[in-house]
Amino acid sequence: MASNEGAPPSGERSGPPLAIEARGLVKRFDGFAAVDGIDLLVPEGAVYGILGPNGAGKTTTLRMLLGIIDPDEGLRRILGADRPHDVATRIGYLPEERGLYPSMKAVDAIAFVGALRGLPRKEGRRRAYELLEEHGLGYAADRQIRQLSKGMAQQVQILGTLVHRPRLVIFDEPFSGLDALNQGRLERMMRGLAEDGTTVIFSTHVIAHAERLCDEVAIIAGGKVPFAGPVDVARDRIPAQVRLETRRHEGAWRAALPCDARREGDIWYFSLPEGGIEPLLRALIEGEAGILSLSIERAGLHDAFVAIAGEAAARALAQDSPVEQKQ
Amino acid sequence: MKPRTDPGRLSTFAAALVVARRDFVAILFSRSFLFFLLGPLFPIVVAGFAGGVGQRVQASADSPRLGVAMRVADVERIAEARATLSDVAGVRLPELRVVARLAPDEPYDPKARFAEAGVSAILSGTPEHPRLTGPQRWLDAWRGPVSLIAAQAQGSGPSAYPPVAMTRLATDQGANRSARLKTAQGAQTLLFLLTMLLAGMVLSNLVEEKGNKIIEILAAAIPMDAVFFGKLFAMLGVSFVGIAVWGSVVGAIVASAGSALPSLPAPAVGWPMLFVLGVIYFAMAYLLLGSLFLAIGSMASTVREVQTLSMPVTMLQLINFFLASFAMTQPGSAIEWIAILIPFSSPFAMLARAAQDPALLPHLLALGWQVLCVVIFVRMGARLFRKRVMKSGPAPVKKRRRLFGGSSAARA
Repeated sequence: MASNEGAPPSGERSGPPLAIEARGLVKRFDGFAAVDGIDLLVPEGAVYGILGPNGAGKTTTLRMLLGIIDPDEGLRRILGADRPHDVATRIGYLPEERGLYPSMKAVDAIAFVGALRGLPRKEGRRRAYELLEEHGLGYAADRQIRQLSKGMAQQVQILGTLVHRPRLVIFDEPFSGLDALNQGRLERMMRGLAEDGTTVIFSTHVIAHAERLCDEVAIIAGGKVPFAGPVDVARDRIPAQVRLETRRHEGAWRAALPCDARREGDIWYFSLPEGGIEPLLRALIEGEAGILSLSIERAGLHDAFVAIAGEAAARALAQDSPVEQKQ
Repeated sequence: MKPRTDPGRLSTFAAALVVARRDFVAILFSRSFLFFLLGPLFPIVVAGFAGGVGQRVQASADSPRLGVAMRVADVERIAEARATLSDVAGVRLPELRVVARLAPDEPYDPKARFAEAGVSAILSGTPEHPRLTGPQRWLDAWRGPVSLIAAQAQGSGPSAYPPVAMTRLATDQGANRSARLKTAQGAQTLLFLLTMLLAGMVLSNLVEEKGNKIIEILAAAIPMDAVFFGKLFAMLGVSFVGIAVWGSVVGAIVASAGSALPSLPAPAVGWPMLFVLGVIYFAMAYLLLGSLFLAIGSMASTVREVQTLSMPVTMLQLINFFLASFAMTQPGSAIEWIAILIPFSSPFAMLARAAQDPALLPHLLALGWQVLCVVIFVRMGARLFRKRVMKSGPAPVKKRRRLFGGSSAARA
């Protein structure tokens, strides 16, 4: 079973109730384990990210949680139900591969997705008009999907995911294909949902989104979850980095530096010593190092991902994510 | 009707209704529905053309003529005798064509001249000593009529033919069975063509849906069984609209033409019941084939795969149709029971039975069996879909066995 930092058995767990509880999920396709013993515990009201490169098993995991496919092994419990379809009216889902009927009007497309989730058609249309107005798409309500731009069609589909006011929303790679402006809008929308008490789960291969949005993440690589838990806990897997700049380059004070210290020009980099910064600081002062600057930098989620999932997974993630490379 | 819901999920019926409603409206207002409505016109037009051309070819190819090669006076007597017999007795006599008007004592060898005469047989000699030359088939067919014509030409036939009083009967027991067979055959053929057309349409609808990527939204929200049932029933609804339109057209033609139309023999269960059973069996035949096609659609991910997979099924369905057609000619035989038990031929066989046998109870049993099969096929299709289609991520590395142990994947 994969190590799962925040995954004690539900009976022993304290804190908010769980929106999703999955234990030991396995899914094989033609003998190949696409998902290999995954544990996930998602608290209600959290924004939860599933982070991993393409092909890591994110979509298969989400499909199992939603009941689109059944796991070969393991247990899943969604909003307290063993069968995901039993709580389908309380779940919203945006698949990675977007799809809408091209001949449908925007308002009808939203109402149709709502109807699939138990929302009466008339009420669905009323809410669809409301949502489209709210998101600046009121003018396109009666246009056919084929007449909308790709970005607008994606927004319509996102609104369809939310029209029935679900308690749990699952987005599979929601940011892919959206421009920066719409990515920002979607981030705000996801935060808004969480503030209203809706549990939001999304998969992504862009660490920046997860870092900005998530309370908790699951890092997934090769069908396994080497880490699942709060983002802070993931970051704390790597000791904070110290950046030190001194006037003098030689002296007895250098013996006080940790063994992983490396020098780049006039600057030293090393991990924060286990005993804290104070003993080192004392040694630097007594040794007259001439401190020009000293800062402690906490590890980012990317560094944590590298440390947890390994260099290969991080490289794959970077390849999948050209936007983040630029950042 | 308002679908019943509980707080957590839609019932399978309500979910199927949502899908059916969407599909029904989308298809009804699409161009493909117009083609579907006009569809039956094409075979009618093609059949009309083919029939007309065929009739002409048949008429020119199959009009046998009896060549006459006699002395001039005998030719006249023979022609006159044929005309008399034909007018009075209504006997079907051979058409005559004069191939030679001979002078007295002019020799004529019918055997040597047969090829150039361009007739089916040649009558030579005299009315007193007629000689028929030709292939055996025509010798057998015309020996009697030629003898009759020759006798009339000699003046040795009766001088007057008494008129015959006639009483016409409405039914002919011997002909009734064969006519009912024709009614059953017509109903079966219509059923087969319609179901194949519809099943093909529902299959392309599913493949299109997979192409649109909407299927994942459906599969996440409602059970796949409901998706499949919804699609099947939407297309069935569309077909009923088509049937209503065509039924009205045919009804209007019948009403306006009245007695000008040829009357068909009444089926054993009567016309109204045959119509009801026809609609029900049409629905069952379509649902059975449609559910099978949906299962095929579940296994395929491209249109090409669908075509490859559906070809053998189409062939098998043709065999089923022929089985049902053959079984129709053997009522009560083991063949008929086999045709009734095989789900895909069952609706055809039972409809043919309705045209020939008035018992209704077997129809109830057959319908129960067919409904059960539809449910099983839809469930199987839905399961296949969930198992085989919703895969994602990279394809597994296939290990290729090497001749001398190990595997390429292991060595890579």
